[in-house]
Amino acid sequence: MISKWTERIALAALITLLSTVVFDSQALGQATSLPSSHLINPEELVKVLQATKGEKPLMFQVGSYVLYAQAHIPGSDYVGPVTSELGLQQLRRRVESLPRTKFIVLYCGCCPWSHCPNVKPADDALHAMGFTNVKVLYLANNFGADWVEKGFPVAKGQ
Amino acid sequence: MAVGFYLKARHSFRARQSSAGLHSTAPNFSLPELNGHSLQLSDYRGKVVLLDFWATWCTPCREEIPHLVELQKKYRDQGLQIIGVSMDDSPEPVREFYRRFHMNYPVVMGNAGIGELYGGVLGLPIAFVIGRDGHISAKHIGATDASVLEQDIRGLLSQ
Repeated sequence: MISKWTERIALAALITLLSTVVFDSQALGQATSLPSSHLINPEELVKVLQATKGEKPLMFQVGSYVLYAQAHIPGSDYVGPVTSELGLQQLRRRVESLPRTKFIVLYCGCCPWSHCPNVKPADDALHAMGFTNVKVLYLANNFGADWVEKGFPVAKGQ
Repeated sequence: MAVGFYLKARHSFRARQSSAGLHSTAPNFSLPELNGHSLQLSDYRGKVVLLDFWATWCTPCREEIPHLVELQKKYRDQGLQIIGVSMDDSPEPVREFYRRFHMNYPVVMGNAGIGELYGGVLGLPIAFVIGRDGHISAKHIGATDASVLEQDIRGLLSQ
């Protein structure tokens, strides 16, 4: 006879499995599959932003607005999560009139790098549009730990 | 001017961080649940509270939910109350997720205000374990093994 406890464990396992299957599409967009040539470290980006010479990048936050409103890189624009088609459309609209050589930095930092669902689809979309100078900010843990707590510049609000 | 703004932003972030430190009283809040009713943290004084900041688009958060459902089921009668704080931008995906995964504890819609109140929720998931006296006993950043959370909860339930 199957005990109630066994039933509960089986249910939990089933829910976990369903969770994996339901959100399987996001696994395809994992940040870990981004080539290293597409990445920029926080320290490098800060140097670029503080340099008196050189092109300044256009920066887009492609994560949640609730996170953006708490803290974001000064001068960066909120685009929103690009896990949905709506989010991707917003990103495409935002850049469509720009020269394809424009220096663009994408960042999210919602979750550990290996779990970020946003940066890879955003990078793919810009490259598909022909942009040749796109970098993704490498945030190993999240925006709080790898940017804010390291003392890099932050702004909050809209 | 830019430097001044930067320093001000840094200072305010640090000040906020200290508001929800370990052993301090968990900041009270009132936020709407998915059913529209307002949930106030102070109403749960006397219970052990696990405050889970999460979002539907956050993979490690989603993976934790079935375990949290189990913990809520297992320890409800002993005084555990899990409260989910969704950091999604809109409630629609949260409602769908709530139904699909048979969540058995209240979920409120978070905002930047509660994030700041709890020291800056700038990465998910983050869980705060709060004792019956309302003090923060533990803070777990990132995916946390269910056994670790259970150990925290059991320790507080027995006090």
